[in-house]
Amino acid sequence: MGTPFPGPVRKDMKARVFVTLKNGVLDPQGKAIGHALNGLGFSSVGEVRQGKVIDLELNETDAGKAKAELKAMCDKLLANTVIEKYEIELK
Amino acid sequence: MKSAVIVFPAANCDRDAKVALEQMTGQSPRMVWHQDSELPDVDLVVLPGGFSYGDYLRCGAMASQSAVMKAVKAHADKGGMVLGICNGFQVLTESGLLPGALMRNAGLKFVCKPVALSVEETQNAFARHYEKGQEITVPVAHGEGNYYADDATLDRLEGEGRVVFRYRDNPNGSARDIAGILNDKRNVLGMMPHPERVVDPITGGTDGRALFQSLIETLS
Repeated sequence: MGTPFPGPVRKDMKARVFVTLKNGVLDPQGKAIGHALNGLGFSSVGEVRQGKVIDLELNETDAGKAKAELKAMCDKLLANTVIEKYEIELK
Repeated sequence: MKSAVIVFPAANCDRDAKVALEQMTGQSPRMVWHQDSELPDVDLVVLPGGFSYGDYLRCGAMASQSAVMKAVKAHADKGGMVLGICNGFQVLTESGLLPGALMRNAGLKFVCKPVALSVEETQNAFARHYEKGQEITVPVAHGEGNYYADDATLDRLEGEGRVVFRYRDNPNGSARDIAGILNDKRNVLGMMPHPERVVDPITGGTDGRALFQSLIETLS
């Protein structure tokens, strides 16, 4: 039998980062969306908060490492932690 | 006074800053590209207004990570003067040189008009040529100038005399009507209004001149 292929096993991970405004930080865009929905007749709509979703592909196989790296990405660039919070989802 | 203006892609007020500095100091500022990792030997660095990197992700977020910002931080750490105008203010908060953040205007609209400001503090390098309590008129042009910081930070800014300019009629929802603030060492000023647009009467006013005169006097 031949030897197994010697190259690295590449398994891309996918991550989804949710960035939203912290509680208590005024969200004028969310407010405007809420007003618009009420205006369209969706009278059940109360407070609306909006945020961002960022999808990333990672060349990483270790979920722990990927999470740590994603956290660093969020703290450094993806979120402004003065006003925003984030959640990381690995797929 | 030797000065430099940082040139970020899509920061369209860099040349306004250049013209104002030329008029006020009689010398051309050095225009420094955002990818340069070194600054020339200057007294003042200006981060101009505009829409650096197309405001992608958040206003000022991308510019705050550019190579030149490391040099700007080092310049500020050594006590060098830094003036961030509009997008430049956003870059300063994103890079941690100033506290707080600039959020979407409370009214959601881009606001472009001359506004009345009150000069709150004059014991600093940027405002000594104004009088305390003086009302000046300086244009704003921004969609995200709504200054936010937690109450403890706002109390500290006010207690330490670091709120230099306040809006008389708040155009964007800024906390405590804040239009411009200093860092704790008082050598970094960020402001949303554009003083560089009011140094020549031909563009509608001269209330920005005293800011540059203050810097010239401090630095010469």
